[in-house]
Amino acid sequence: MAKVIDIKGLHKSFGATHALDGLDLEVATGEVHGFLGPNGAGKSTTIRVLLGLLRADSGTVRLFDADPWRDAAELHRRLAYVPGDVNLWPNLSGGEVIDLLGRLRGGLDEKRRAGLIERFELDPTKKGRSYSKGNRQKVALVAALASEVDLLVLDEPTSGLDPLMEAVFTECVDEFKNAGGTVLLSSHILAEVERLCDRVSIIRNGRNVESGTLADLRHLTRTSVRAELARPAGELAALHGVHDLVAEDHRVSFEVDTDRLGEALQALGDLGIRTLTSQPPTLEELFLRHYGDEVTAQ
Amino acid sequence: MTGSLTGLGTLLRTYARRDRWLVLWFTLGVTVLYWSQAVSVDGLYTTQAEFDRAAASMEGNAAFIAMTGPARALNTTGGQVAWQSAAFGAILIGLMAMFIVGRHTRAEEESGRDELLRSGVVGRQAPMTAALLMTAAASALVGACVTASLVGYGLATAGAVALGLGLWLCGLTFGAIALLAAQLTSSTRTMYGMTGAAIGVAYGLRAIGDVGNGVLSWLSPIGWYQAMHAYSGERWWPALLLLAAAAVTAGAAYAVFARRDVGSGIWPARRGPARAPVGLRSSLGLAWRLQRGALVAWAVGLFVGGIAYGSIGDDVTSLLGDSDFAQDVFGANGPDLVDSFYATSALMLALIGAGFAISSALRPRGEENDGQVESLLATALPRWRWLAGHLVITLVGTVAVVVLSGLGLGLGFALVTGDGSKIGPFTWATTSLLPAVLLLAGLALLLYGVLPRAASLAWLALLLCVVVMMFGEALQLPDWLRNLSPFEHLALVPAVPVDWPAALAVLGIAAVLAAAGQVGFLRRDVR
Repeated sequence: MAKVIDIKGLHKSFGATHALDGLDLEVATGEVHGFLGPNGAGKSTTIRVLLGLLRADSGTVRLFDADPWRDAAELHRRLAYVPGDVNLWPNLSGGEVIDLLGRLRGGLDEKRRAGLIERFELDPTKKGRSYSKGNRQKVALVAALASEVDLLVLDEPTSGLDPLMEAVFTECVDEFKNAGGTVLLSSHILAEVERLCDRVSIIRNGRNVESGTLADLRHLTRTSVRAELARPAGELAALHGVHDLVAEDHRVSFEVDTDRLGEALQALGDLGIRTLTSQPPTLEELFLRHYGDEVTAQ
Repeated sequence: MTGSLTGLGTLLRTYARRDRWLVLWFTLGVTVLYWSQAVSVDGLYTTQAEFDRAAASMEGNAAFIAMTGPARALNTTGGQVAWQSAAFGAILIGLMAMFIVGRHTRAEEESGRDELLRSGVVGRQAPMTAALLMTAAASALVGACVTASLVGYGLATAGAVALGLGLWLCGLTFGAIALLAAQLTSSTRTMYGMTGAAIGVAYGLRAIGDVGNGVLSWLSPIGWYQAMHAYSGERWWPALLLLAAAAVTAGAAYAVFARRDVGSGIWPARRGPARAPVGLRSSLGLAWRLQRGALVAWAVGLFVGGIAYGSIGDDVTSLLGDSDFAQDVFGANGPDLVDSFYATSALMLALIGAGFAISSALRPRGEENDGQVESLLATALPRWRWLAGHLVITLVGTVAVVVLSGLGLGLGFALVTGDGSKIGPFTWATTSLLPAVLLLAGLALLLYGVLPRAASLAWLALLLCVVVMMFGEALQLPDWLRNLSPFEHLALVPAVPVDWPAALAVLGIAAVLAAAGQVGFLRRDVR
């Protein structure tokens, strides 16, 4: 499948700070790609390089198979961007900003514009200075979603939106995807990522720590298991991939690397299972593991 | 203990820290305004007879009186200082008070920082009280420095105290007006507009009153300040009027504050159109929309300023006397003293016009700092075209502002003398200085394109030009320093004809600087 975004070995420093340190990122046509990482990991810097606002120090960056620095304006006809922190002109109304950004991009779909304003319950006559954070975000979302583009670049687009509006946003992204669009979604809202994204990339300190489908990522982590057994469970500790084993008489709980789950269950079976609960890692655990310090130790 | 002022001390310390540069510059500027009048008056007139003649001519000039104030004891240095400085000093301290109050009250509320502050252990009325106290302290500093500088210069103490005390109370009064405005509207910009209008009305009322029967002057805080008669038989009770006005206005501000929600004003926020007008479809349309307010204000201000200068008429000979100082400043330009005087006036107007040129050239920086440019450049708008939109407004706006100031100069002259033949030459006088004004704008653009953080240095260049113009001869500044000012290389029309090669060379440098700024901007990161 063709790649919409293809970044290899991207470096970018600001003075002595290395914001990006050999980052890779691939986004294929038609996928919704989650872009995750703790605060300050370099997500926004990556996006700003992709938009041609920042110049890469080294590495290759391709957007629609072109150079986002050199061909910025041409490429931007094919994408729409929602910044994480939307700043509006204090004396322009929301409706004016939507029209201005749409016109500068090369036109927007009038019907969709009207529909989105209604769905997001946005009052377009307020001035930029009097919008709340959530409403500023809505202005940027309507401007982006009402334009006819192939790629949406969304930097924490739902920060400040209430749950109802988040649901509207999710619907809109689904519609965009079903129409063949590609999305790069940077977000901290894990439920949103889980619901929307086909693949995710996790970055930390300016470089990738993981990327793949959510199923792939789950596979790399641990499943927690609790069981009541017919016989005492002393020998489980010897098994490969079993961690944090707590055995009390017949009761046992442990965590096991997900790719070793089969072996662990077999061993439990040999001991006579009475009850068993097994829990796949939640997305939160996945992230805590990747955001946490143990990554650097690997 | 109501606790509504909890945290006042901490807030006040924080404000003092945030405001220290603002207060320093205003103190310096206002003190120099008063003190330099004393110096220049004493330099201008060598004999008392000459002084008396000039004073008589000033007293008879209604335009002068409208500009500055009621004519009293104009044949004394102190009287001249009070007459020439008080109205402008009051305007300046009013602006300082407005900025101090605005930045700590309405601007903080609009940005949401106020909310963060109020979630802490801060009394309900502590922020506005601290802003008012800060204004009082800053104005007191300015007033004290004015008094000290005049006493230090050797003028009588009573008059110096009257000028300083009245100035302090003007700051307090306009600060209280700003505080009230901050309670009425939810927009910082509107609040500044309202306070600025109040200062303007105060100045206008006293102008009409001073020229006419004086009644309207008694409706103006600036009028009350001048009614203290510094250096012409001081009287102190008008100070009570200022104090009472400040107290009543501040009381009203507190009363309104008690009736409104934090974050909103008493008046609802104004709405805008749901759809963008046809004009708002390009970077040029946006730049026009963002800059038109400032452009119109500058154009009107300089046009009126031109009329004010022009209305001095052909009286300049008796006004200037024939001292060395007058010869230094005006006589060097050419044989005709009237033309020389207006050539210098045109230069002053052009230097003020350069203020618009620089602030307009730096306008893109505001859009970059506030983060709006990110959304713009993520559309199909190329970088160069975004910047070019602002550049076009800077260019056209600067031409308009500078040409209009010259036209005003000619019209003012025609109004007083009935001689319309100078309208053309005076308009041409300011117009012929455009290359140097545009060079300063080009420098600002270059700094923005290459070193955005240092872009404010363009203002320093303007300051240099002003210093060279005003004091170049008097201070015997070295040639290399004076040659740094582009204005030094242009001929002073209408005293002498335009020096075309020099004008074109300066214009060429302006174009090169602007182009280099564009190229620099295309190559750098956008923050």
